[in-house]
Parts: sequence; structure tokens; C-alpha cells
Amino acid sequence: MMSAVLVFPGSNCDRDLAVAIEQVTGRAPAMVWHRESELPEGTDFIAIPGGFSYGDYLRSGAMAARSPIMRAVSDAAGRGVPVLGICNGFQVLTEAGLLPGALMRNAGLNFVCRPVGLKVENSQSIFTSAYRAGEEISIPVAHHDGNYQADAETLDRLESEGRVAFRYTGEVNGSARSIAGIINAQGNVLGMMPHPERALETAHGNTDGRRLFEGLLEAVS
Amino acid sequence: MKARVFVTLKPGVLDPQGKAIHHALEGLGFGGVTEVRAGKLIELELADGTSDDEIADMCRKLLANTVIENFKIEKLENA
Repeated sequence: MMSAVLVFPGSNCDRDLAVAIEQVTGRAPAMVWHRESELPEGTDFIAIPGGFSYGDYLRSGAMAARSPIMRAVSDAAGRGVPVLGICNGFQVLTEAGLLPGALMRNAGLNFVCRPVGLKVENSQSIFTSAYRAGEEISIPVAHHDGNYQADAETLDRLESEGRVAFRYTGEVNGSARSIAGIINAQGNVLGMMPHPERALETAHGNTDGRRLFEGLLEAVS
Repeated sequence: MKARVFVTLKPGVLDPQGKAIHHALEGLGFGGVTEVRAGKLIELELADGTSDDEIADMCRKLLANTVIENFKIEKLENA
């Protein structure tokens, strides 16, 4: 698998994500700076890391979503290339219009940084095929703007089309319908607030995030 | 030419920051406040002749996230 990890000024999970991808796929991803206008030839997986791109100026992910590389990401996503946005990456994907809704300030106003329980709602997607539907896993979150909101019609559509990938099992940030991660209509773009790359090896205390990358690798190859 | 863009949360969208400001005002003894909504003011210095449509386009493409926010443009011709 030829992966690419985007890097924006203020990204801070890019290296963790690269390590996770290399551990699972056996191949180091290309690190692609936001000013690039093209992805490396043959890229078949794009990962947008967590962090605080552009210092969260204007809105979290707003500036990054308008950077040159995102046009290439949008084209690739349209061609069916899998795109995974984690935390700030999820915010970038909603700001870029690749996923519906918006991520607002946490309802409790606090930065939330702890492992949270997640229910795998959809185990049929290319990202979640290594999990069992309804399975409960634990993945860490670390965010200030993770409160997922969309209008009722959009939320109903996400639910009825099986596009809610993960749901929090308890209260975390005020997200509508406890949504932690969603998939686009085409099924190849996943945005999620929890950090699977931080639950990859036993030294992390938990390996529940590893199967996301393993399932994806299997789906892509 | 100057323009001011006011970006506000759409009605019905929960505003945790506004709520916190409200609580802080009550904590300071200001009892007469019934609701607080926080927004943003963005000032633009523009070339003369910039059209309203162009400014609205800036708002839709970047300054506001129209999923959750409304915007209002105020032009200050002689500023």
C-alpha cells in the first residue's frame, strides 16, 4: 500500500500516524506538505493527521481545508482512494466538504484527553471490516472541538445509510447522537475524532486501533 | 473601502461559549441577561469597487461555515 500522510503547519500527530501506517503496512508513508498540489503517483491511501493546523485560526481545520494539497485529496477521494481523517483531520474533511456536518467546541468547553469507549456501528466499511458490528472498543481522544453537529435530516441520512462508523458509549463532547466517526456516501472517506494510531501496540496500553489499519490494508490490497 | 463581516451561529445551534459567558456575567452579578450568543467580527480592507457578490463569495468559501454559521456584511464606503 502506498500511503500519504498530509502535513500542515501545526499538525502534531503526523509522525505517530506515519509510524502506525508503517508498522501495519510495512511501508513508510510519503509525508506530503500542504503546499504540494499533487500526491505522489500511485498513492492508494491518504491520511490526514491530528493536531492544530494553523493554530485552529478562524475555525478548526478551516485554513487547512483550503490549502493546495486538499484539491488533490478531493480529486483522489472522488476516484475512490481511501481517505482517513483523524481528529483535526476529521475537522479538515468537514471543512473541505468531503464529509457533512461540523465539529464545534466541546459542550463542556473542556479539552478532553482520555481513552473513551466506542461502539463499532458499521463493520462493513473498508475502514472497519476487521471489527465486529456492535463491538465495543477503547480509543483515546484528545480534542477541544469534537462536538459533531449536523441538521436532523443529515443525521437521519447518516444513520439510515449506515454511515455512522463509531459512536461514543458515554458522554464525551456533546456530539449529536454520540457520533464519533462518519463515512462519506461513497464509502471511502472516514472522519473520526478518536486516535486509532495511539492504540496500536501493547506499550500504548491498548491495541484496539490497530485493526482499523489492518482492515484497511486488507481492503486496499 | 472597508467591509465588516459578522459571523454568527445559526439559531438553534448550541453555543457553549455563549453559555459560559452568560454564566460568567451572572457570576459578576449581572442578572438581567437572558441569553448570550458569541460570534466573530472580521474586518476587510478592500479594493474600491469590490462587489457585494464577491464579498458574499468570500464568506461562503472561507469566512463562515454555512453548515453552522450565518454571515452579515456591512460595507463602510467612506471608511
